[in-house]
Amino acid sequence: MAAGPLLLLLLLLLGAAGPGAAAAAAAGPGPGLGPGAALREELLLRPLPAGDVAAAFQFRTRWDADLRRGAVSHYRLFPKALGQLVAAQGVRELHLALTQGFWRTRSWGQPPLGAPAGAELWVWFQDTVPDVDKAWKELSNILSGIFCASLNFIDSTNTVTPTASFKPLGLANGTDHRLLRYAVLPREVVCTENLTPWKKLLPCGSKAGLAVLLKAERLFHSSYHSQAVHIRPICRDASCLAVSWELRQTLTVVFDSFTSGQGKKDWSLFKMFSRTLTDACPLASESKVYVDISPKNEEKEFLEVTPTPTSVHEAVVQGDKRTYAVYDLLSPSLFNSSRSLNVQLKWKRPQDSQELSTPVLHAQRYVSGYGLQTGEISTLVHNTHPYRAFPVVLLETVPWYLRLYVHTLTVITKGKENKPSYIHYQPAQDRKRPHLLEMLIQLPANSVTKITIQFERALLKWTEYTPDPNHGFYVSPSVLSALVPSVVAMKDVDVEESPLFASLFPSSDGSSYFVRLYTEPLLVNLPTPDFSMPYNVICLTCTVVAVCYGSFYNLLTRTFHVEEPSRGGLAKRLANIIQNLERVCNLQSLPVMRRAGVKNEGH
Amino acid sequence: MGLLSDPHCRRALSRLVVRLNTPLCVLSYVAGLGWFLAMALPPLAPRTYMSENAMGSTMVEEQFPHGERALAYARDFAAQKKKAGGIPVAWLEKTMWGLGLEVYKQPFARTLPFPDESRERYMVKGTNVYGILRAPRAASTESLVLSVPCSEGTQNSQAVGLMLALAAYFRGQIYWAKDIIFLVNEHDLLGMEAWLEAYHDVNVTEMQSSGTLGRAGAIQAAVALELSSDVVTSFDVAVEGLNGQLPNLDLVNLFHAFCQKNGLLCTIQGKLQRSDWDTLPAYAHSLQTLLLMVLKQGSGRPQGDHGLFLRYHIEAITVRGINSFRQYKYDMTTVGKTLEGMFRKLNNLLERLHQSYFFYLLPSLSRFVSIGVYMPAFGFLILVLVLKISLLGGGPRPGPRGLHALDLWMQLNKCEAASAERLWDGDQGAAHAVAEEPRPGLLALVPPLLVCHAAGLALYLLPVLGQRVATQHFPVSEAEAVVLTLIAIYVAGMALPHSAHRALPGGGSDRGWMTLKLLALLYLAAQLSCAALLNFSLGFLLAATMVPAAAAVRPTGPRLVLAALLVLSTPAVTLLLGIFLHRELEERPAGLAEGWQLFLQALAEGLLQHHLYGALPFPFLALLTYPCWLLLWNVLCWK
Repeated sequence: MAAGPLLLLLLLLLGAAGPGAAAAAAAGPGPGLGPGAALREELLLRPLPAGDVAAAFQFRTRWDADLRRGAVSHYRLFPKALGQLVAAQGVRELHLALTQGFWRTRSWGQPPLGAPAGAELWVWFQDTVPDVDKAWKELSNILSGIFCASLNFIDSTNTVTPTASFKPLGLANGTDHRLLRYAVLPREVVCTENLTPWKKLLPCGSKAGLAVLLKAERLFHSSYHSQAVHIRPICRDASCLAVSWELRQTLTVVFDSFTSGQGKKDWSLFKMFSRTLTDACPLASESKVYVDISPKNEEKEFLEVTPTPTSVHEAVVQGDKRTYAVYDLLSPSLFNSSRSLNVQLKWKRPQDSQELSTPVLHAQRYVSGYGLQTGEISTLVHNTHPYRAFPVVLLETVPWYLRLYVHTLTVITKGKENKPSYIHYQPAQDRKRPHLLEMLIQLPANSVTKITIQFERALLKWTEYTPDPNHGFYVSPSVLSALVPSVVAMKDVDVEESPLFASLFPSSDGSSYFVRLYTEPLLVNLPTPDFSMPYNVICLTCTVVAVCYGSFYNLLTRTFHVEEPSRGGLAKRLANIIQNLERVCNLQSLPVMRRAGVKNEGH
Repeated sequence: MGLLSDPHCRRALSRLVVRLNTPLCVLSYVAGLGWFLAMALPPLAPRTYMSENAMGSTMVEEQFPHGERALAYARDFAAQKKKAGGIPVAWLEKTMWGLGLEVYKQPFARTLPFPDESRERYMVKGTNVYGILRAPRAASTESLVLSVPCSEGTQNSQAVGLMLALAAYFRGQIYWAKDIIFLVNEHDLLGMEAWLEAYHDVNVTEMQSSGTLGRAGAIQAAVALELSSDVVTSFDVAVEGLNGQLPNLDLVNLFHAFCQKNGLLCTIQGKLQRSDWDTLPAYAHSLQTLLLMVLKQGSGRPQGDHGLFLRYHIEAITVRGINSFRQYKYDMTTVGKTLEGMFRKLNNLLERLHQSYFFYLLPSLSRFVSIGVYMPAFGFLILVLVLKISLLGGGPRPGPRGLHALDLWMQLNKCEAASAERLWDGDQGAAHAVAEEPRPGLLALVPPLLVCHAAGLALYLLPVLGQRVATQHFPVSEAEAVVLTLIAIYVAGMALPHSAHRALPGGGSDRGWMTLKLLALLYLAAQLSCAALLNFSLGFLLAATMVPAAAAVRPTGPRLVLAALLVLSTPAVTLLLGIFLHRELEERPAGLAEGWQLFLQALAEGLLQHHLYGALPFPFLALLTYPCWLLLWNVLCWK
């Protein structure tokens, strides 16, 4: 277990050390632009193991100015709305992802950029920010306006401050996690109204370049849609004396080639987007399309791309050696023969292998048990690496209305208990903050680790139920962050030169790569009153029953006597009164009065 | 309530109750039965209606075209099944994978507590195969299930074919918001139980299953499909689940709505509803349907694979395609369209089905009796017990001080305190009067209670535990041994030493048996009320049979008649009569010998249902009702 803390340290340092060390010479400025700003755009097309096609767009705007000072007033490529936001709220790093659908790691492989279903926002603030919570609140409200998303629902009940899972991806000289805020809204539905503002942030809008493919009616006719904005400071050059700001806009779509292709898995740009590419964005310094043509099972010539690519690029991405056909939209030769570029891919032989190569790390989460009182959240984490063990940081955020029993937390691998080497648990406070559980768990080679924790479902106040309480309540996905050992040795590559898709999470060394995975969100039913007419009927009936019960109980616990005409004289009455008084004074609670009138024996 | 607090009115009321006790009891009992019989009439059974907004106004347009493909799949499946001699796992996996589903399989094994002779199984091994259609742009938080049992023989291959054709069609559609699980379960209910337990990661019974499964979030609704011919003439829907749980009425309404839309004939309990409601034959018809439902629900046995879903708060029904000799036949395309429509409506659901009734009885598919209407019938029966209890308290013993209803119970509890008070109060006369009567201590009640419950416990435990001993000493098979032990213990319970109380002071007196009867009646009323809340039919059937005997029983008078009445009201006889009634209602009456065979089978099945699926009628009857009945027997044998 001595290795545990060391690995944790490694993970902690990863974010801080990566980009600073790797950032190198600045890219050339775009044509006709002054120095200091550059745009690169890139589209990665990847056939997924299950037959679907993933398209990942990345637009990177890099600006050699320091936004923090607030002195910047002239914006060119960098969107002003975001630039001002960064300056005003003291943001050091901002990551916002809006996702519709769920990335199925098991059948699709590791995601190019992981994101949970719904909306995810995590922000590192400058250490000069006096009140982080206030800045966070304001920031989420402003972002909500910019992206037309319900980010204003982010409040203290779904915000957490993870200690180990999220590290700055950009230049940072400290990792004081109190400056970090993280929130997920699993219920958020992403649609065109979120896409339009996102496209408006692009320097060319959707008029030219790769962005012409971003037509909403096709993008949302897909199995998965995720759009994200990442803002971070990076080193301006290798010496890293000055800071540049980087805005990365990413959009990942997965097209279901099964539905559209009647069982065939061939695809083309036109088929997917109902558009083709005609030119590069004039403001871009680089505009490329990458197509993953890595041969499977050592069989070359398995698939065929047309037209002939400009060049072929080989790289090691996520622990796998991959071959990419590259189309450079800026090279004049590309549009010589035809006016537009319609990349096509054909499978030469039909694939009929059921055996999918499962990714090294994947996870599954579910609620077990039945009934509306208790339940259990189970997370299964698979490590399919044949011989290497590696640690994973697991982050669970559970809303307060599921009351976790921490003593029931078990981590079991191969039938044996697997003690986490690091646990950070912050209990929930009712209506104030959620549970936060972070663990560093060592995953042995070729194993399944089962993490379970039991909970009790709280009964909410009747105003706290959502308008559709019987739909259930969402529990946000758990986050797995790991340095996965690579099968193939990776070369140290120059970040500025390598394709964008490989450079957001830098690798710490040549033997492992960083993966962040999200499990599915959970839908949990809470005990719900019936908010309808029968509910009122039940309330009324209960009232009537209560009244009847009171009287009935009275009857059972009292004895009744009929008054006998008082024959005693004055003296006896007086004696009675005195006796009564005595009793009252002595506070005897069980006196029996049977003298006059109907008397009660209350018990 | 002031009426009861006023001693004069109270006394008058108690006199009334005491004097007219027997007529009131009879009246109440008759009213209960009459109410029940009236429930098949239209005023008490209003028309069903769709409560769920998401399923109501907008009809979907069904376009399922693959009827022929379904039959082709069915033929393939039947051939493969014959070749494999069981569920063709590999073929199913390959086909489902080819349709673009995520395919998983789940092997399971279960050793039954004793061999099931009617189905000839003991050590069961099987495999469930299922494919998940992942809804695009949904995060697998919700799902629907279409399950098809793969039983032995040639049955149900058409259902598998239709399911595969539906999967192929559904896979091409973009509108799904919930994942759909297509499940083929082997060994019908056993496979279903194994799958549900593994899916929810619980182990309620001793099922062994392995493998980590693919999951698709919280299951919102399920439909189990059974089809055995290429064409159908009608559909039968089964609603009664484990322990008499019922699915939300909206799911039944949904099925009914689509049958009507597609012009399919649909039945419930195998009975087609009649169009006329006013005539006597129509009334008899709906009463038969109602009675069949009550019998099936009361048995606590799942009437189809859907029955096991209900425990997990998943609304589910079983749909059976029937091919009889009617004129109009419907092909697979129509059947597929009906199912498609149901799934698309369920897919539109925003919340779990919760708007409509969960407690209801169906005299026909388009009429229902809600809980508010059927509970009075049971209430009248229980009122008999309450009246008897008050009689026991006040009636036959007109004491010097007009004791009122339930006062006896009070006195039993407060004997000590009361006498102390009286002494203190100086009300010597009353204290003496109480002291003069031979009071049965609570101690006298302990032996019968203990003996009766021990008998119940033996009835619950011994048949399964003692099967090995029984087979060693008697020439019977295990299953026979279990059933015969059960009957033997049941009968032996009546011959237990019921006179232990006589050894104690104050035993054998009138007060003694009255106290015991009071206790037994209270006990019976409490347990029947609880049963009726969870499973109305079980509660009502037991109340209808046990209440008269329980009210009448006493150690004096015509004891032979009373004994016969009591024996007739025992739960075992109720079960036997229920079997005959069931066969009668299904219009294939059973002879005596056949009835007895069915009775033995039902006993074995009841035990198996309890051990395999956690059904509660057997433990309820063995541990609560049977001891209670023995207490009444005790009262009869008091002297």
